[in-house]
Parts: sequence; C-alpha cells; structure tokens
Amino acid sequence: MTINELFAKPKRQLLNIYFTAGYPEKESMLELLPALEKSGVDMVEIGIPYSDPLSDGPTIQNSNSIALKNGITLDLIFEQLTVSDSRIPKIMMGYFNSVLQYGVEKFCKKCKENKISGIILPDLPLDIYKQHYQSLFEQYGLSNIYLITPQTTEERIRLIDKNSTSFIYAVSTSSTTGSNTGIQGAQNYLQRIQNMNLKSPIMIGFNIKTSHDFQFACRYATGGIIGSAFIKYIANSREISLDTQTFIQSILPKK
Amino acid sequence: MISKYTVNEQGFYGEYGGAFIPEMLHPNIEELKTSYKKIIKSPSFQEELQQLLQDYVGRPTPLYLAKRLSAHYQSTIYLKREDLCHTGAHKINNALGQILVAKKLNKTRIIAETGAGQHGVATATACALMGIECVVYMGEKDMHRQAPNVARMKMLGATIVPVVSGSKTLKDATNEAIRDWINNPTDTHYIIGSVVGPHPYPDMVCQFQAIISKEIKNQIKTEPTHIIACIGGGSNAIGAFYHYLKNENVQLIGVEAAGLGIETHETAATLALGSKGVLHACMTKILQTQDGQVIEPHSISAGLDYPGIGPQHAHLHQLERVHYTSITDQEALNAALFLSKMEGIIPALESAHAIAYLEKMNLKPTDNIIINLSGRGDKDLEVLTKTLNHDD
Repeated sequence: MTINELFAKPKRQLLNIYFTAGYPEKESMLELLPALEKSGVDMVEIGIPYSDPLSDGPTIQNSNSIALKNGITLDLIFEQLTVSDSRIPKIMMGYFNSVLQYGVEKFCKKCKENKISGIILPDLPLDIYKQHYQSLFEQYGLSNIYLITPQTTEERIRLIDKNSTSFIYAVSTSSTTGSNTGIQGAQNYLQRIQNMNLKSPIMIGFNIKTSHDFQFACRYATGGIIGSAFIKYIANSREISLDTQTFIQSILPKK
Repeated sequence: MISKYTVNEQGFYGEYGGAFIPEMLHPNIEELKTSYKKIIKSPSFQEELQQLLQDYVGRPTPLYLAKRLSAHYQSTIYLKREDLCHTGAHKINNALGQILVAKKLNKTRIIAETGAGQHGVATATACALMGIECVVYMGEKDMHRQAPNVARMKMLGATIVPVVSGSKTLKDATNEAIRDWINNPTDTHYIIGSVVGPHPYPDMVCQFQAIISKEIKNQIKTEPTHIIACIGGGSNAIGAFYHYLKNENVQLIGVEAAGLGIETHETAATLALGSKGVLHACMTKILQTQDGQVIEPHSISAGLDYPGIGPQHAHLHQLERVHYTSITDQEALNAALFLSKMEGIIPALESAHAIAYLEKMNLKPTDNIIINLSGRGDKDLEVLTKTLNHDD
C-alpha cells in the first residue's frame, strides 16, 4: 500500500514510526518492518544514516553513527527492502548528500522498485527541488515531503501545501529531533495549522514520546510520528520484535 | 563588484553554493538574505565598522617587505600582517562585521564554531565589546591542541561547548552550532567564521574579509605577481584575493593542508581529493566516501582541518582562476620555524602553509609576491616547541 492510499482511507490517528536503517544491527530492518506492521503501526519512515545529520539531536545522531559503523549503505538498504515482504506503507528520510551521491534518478528508480512512496530530505529546499528534481520525482511517483515549523509563515505554509503531493510533516517545536520541550506547548501553533484547512494531510512529529503525546497530536492532525523515543527504546534490545510490540502497545489505544 | 567570480542572485557561484538548509532555518536565512546587503551598505553601519576596524582592530594592517626572506628566495616578498590584528588573526574583521549585522537584526545571543580558536576568540571579543551573550562550539580535540585560545575565550566571558561527536574538530563544531541555531531560531545570530555555510554567509563573510585585498591595493607600489594564502574554509584567502579576481595578471595561489600527504588520505586537501557534495548547507567540494559520508580530515593545523571549502573557492578552482595546491604538516612546521628565525615573526600553523609554498615555487628576481600572514602563532607554541626540541 502507498501512503496516499493510506491517507485516502477513513482511518485517522495514524501512527508513523521512524527508525534508522542498520540500527541497532545491520539487518534489524528485516525484523523491524514485520514487527511494526504486526503491532498496528500504519506507516514507517526509514532513516538513511548520514555522517552529519544536521537536523537531528543526539539520539538519532548516535543511531546514525552506529548504523554506519555496522556497515550500512544506501545500496544495502534497498537490498534489504527487496528481501523484505512487508507491505506496510513506507517513506524514507535522509540528507540530500546521500541521495546526490547515489544519483538522484537511480534513487527515485530504486524507491519505485521497492514501493517507497515518499522521501523527507530536510536539507533539500523547496526552490532547488522544484527547479532541478521535481520532474524526476514525479516520473517515479515519489512524493517529496516537506516540513513546517512554528516559525513557518502562513504564506509559506500555503506554498508548501500547494506543492505537496502527500502529507506535510509539522514539526511540533523549533528544534532538532528528540528535544525535551514537550508537545503540549505547541497547542496554539497546531491549532493555527488545523484552522488553515490545508489540502494535504498533516502528520505531527518531534516531541511525541508517550501515548498521551500521540493522542494530543492526533487532535490536531491525521496522525503522529515517533522517532527518537522508539530509537531509544530499541537501543539495547535483544528481542527486537518483542520490544517493538511492547513499545507500540504503550502508544496505541487499547482495542 | 559583480563578475563571473562572485555570487549570483540565487546564491550560487556557478554550480556551487546555495542554501541547503532545513526548513527550521528558513526564516533566519531568509531574513539575512534579504537584509545583509542593505545593512552592510548603510552609511551608519559602515561608519561604525570602519571606526572599529581602525581604532579597535588596528587597521590597516601593515604590508611588510620581508627583506631577509626576499634575499633568501631572491625575489620580493611582502607579508600582509593580519597577524597584527587585535586578537591575532584576520577573523576579527568578520566577527565585528557580523556582530553589527546581528545588532541591526535585534539578536541578543551569538553562537559560533571554531577550529583553531581564532574565530572563537574574535567572536568572544566582539561579544564582550557589545555586551552580548556568546556561545562557542569547539571540537574536544581542538580544545586540547589550541588550549591558549580556550583560556582566552573564557576570559572574554564566552561559554565554550566541547563537541564530542564525529572527529571532534571543526566540522563537528559547525554541525553543533547549526543545531543550536535550529533550537534557538528567534533570538540568536550564528556568526560563521569562514566563507562556508548557506547563502548568504559565503558572500557576507567575503565582504568583511575583502578589506585585506582592498588595503593591499593601496599599499603596494608595483602590481603583485602572486598572492598566496592558506585555505581551510577559505576566508583569509578570499579576502586577500577578492580585489584581484578580475586582474588576471596576478596569479592567485590557495594552499590547502595536505596533512600527512595527499596519498595517505590523512589530509584536509579538499580540492585535491574532494568531489561535489553538500556540507554545512552549501554545495561545494567535500571529502566524502562513494556513499556520500563525509570523511574526517586531518591536518596539524586546527584551522585548516576541515573536509569542505567555501563554494566560491570550488568555483574559482573550476574556472582555474586560482591555483590550488597543498602543503604537508611537516612542511608547514618547517616553514613556521623558518619564518620565526628569518623575520622574527612566529606565524600561526595555518599561515605557515602559505609560507611553505615559497619552497615549491621557481621564484624569479622580478617576482613580487604577497603572502597573507593570516594569524600569529602564539596559540601553536606547544606544537611548535615540540618540533623545535625534536629537531635539537
């Protein structure tokens, strides 16, 4: 299933889990994908490890460097995706230099082959994307997913909404990932976004650590994204499938 | 001065430059981009900056005819004495310019990265002068090898944050400074110390360092044949080159740090070994693996120990307007000791790379050479005396 098929469904309170490919072990993704799917996670965001992840706080930085030490590469990530039979909707997240060195067209092609519906490249600005890469992305059906922050002006949010072909990633605070400011402080901003009645679904990320945070995010958006809290939880995991299920159970409402 | 060598409207130098920033920094960069030229050009800004450069920094810095050095190499060699600037390096030119910009933008907190500590000291100094809070990010490895500058920054009231990620040097200090800015987008201005980072930084820093070549033009009687400068990010070099870019008679030479030697891969010679990529939010040449991971560089000189280079230099390299070359750790050490004994000037290890290049040139008596002596060597005494004792 693609993410846009997911968003077309009536289901709300969508849970998107970020994990870093190659972490904690080189092949952990092969266990993580089915475990997340089975636990009721709606979509996953696969992090491409990078040596200099500028938008990330210490937790995800650390997972990136461990994954690189484990020997993960973009080629291996695609190989693992090819092996995996998980049908959970997938997007990727990484830094532009990784994609640039891999070859932007080759990257788009591999995403299509491996049913990756979208990519978040926080350091690829909208204007450069439109000028150089938009037609390639569209050719391979890959959505470029944009971030907005509490500092983003209304005019720019409208521009981003117009250019989005999937969801908009609303960052709950002006911070790197894994900060400790708490999502409740973002209420006014999230309310403002909700009131804008954008065409694109909104997923809220940053500062979601608990079931309570997730419920809070879901009041203002289609769903929430958890990254650092999950990465921390599986850091020393010996039973990664089991621990994944336990973590997800602690977030999702009881059925 | 707009030419094929300078930045275009979109913030690019040919295919290099741009602002590859996360959305969190968009408002900050947009604010700078739309206002920096206007601010810098305004008469009140210029008046304040020029006054400070004259009375506080001690500009113009001398263009010194190095007689013994000239006799040794049988040509004419001048040293542009940026080492005589207040705080001991050219970095103060930019730090003062940017802090005045920050004041115009009503920022109340300053952050900076530093490698050798010269930019950190310059920024801490500018902040002390203006009474603004200052936080400097410095790699843990650099804090050890440039300890005197750490002490100076503390004395000036700055908070030093040791950076322990990655190679614990300049690259990682820059990452942390950018992350700080993401976390403090409204009250903070980031004073980048070199001609790197997202547009408009490379151009803004270049504007503040261009005073070096502006003064050279007034000071030198006959046109120089060569201008030589060391390059990490490339701010002292672009400053020394800027007003000569369009004068193709003048050969411009940028000296990178080869570290243990280019062939050893323990090096910081970005243009020699790098390829096109994005580092610190600009498209430039960087040292990277095939998979696009940034390679940790090596240089004995903390200020040159950087896996990227300013986008304008990448562009000038491509256009072959500047000749880029490199010097090893050992050659730089030798040159530092040599200049100390020949001229009574102890250069920074960074600047020693430029001095060392004299050995590689086939100098003629008609050559009229300017070396930008970007900083003084007090901060490097520990490393230099070790070499001295070793040689004894």
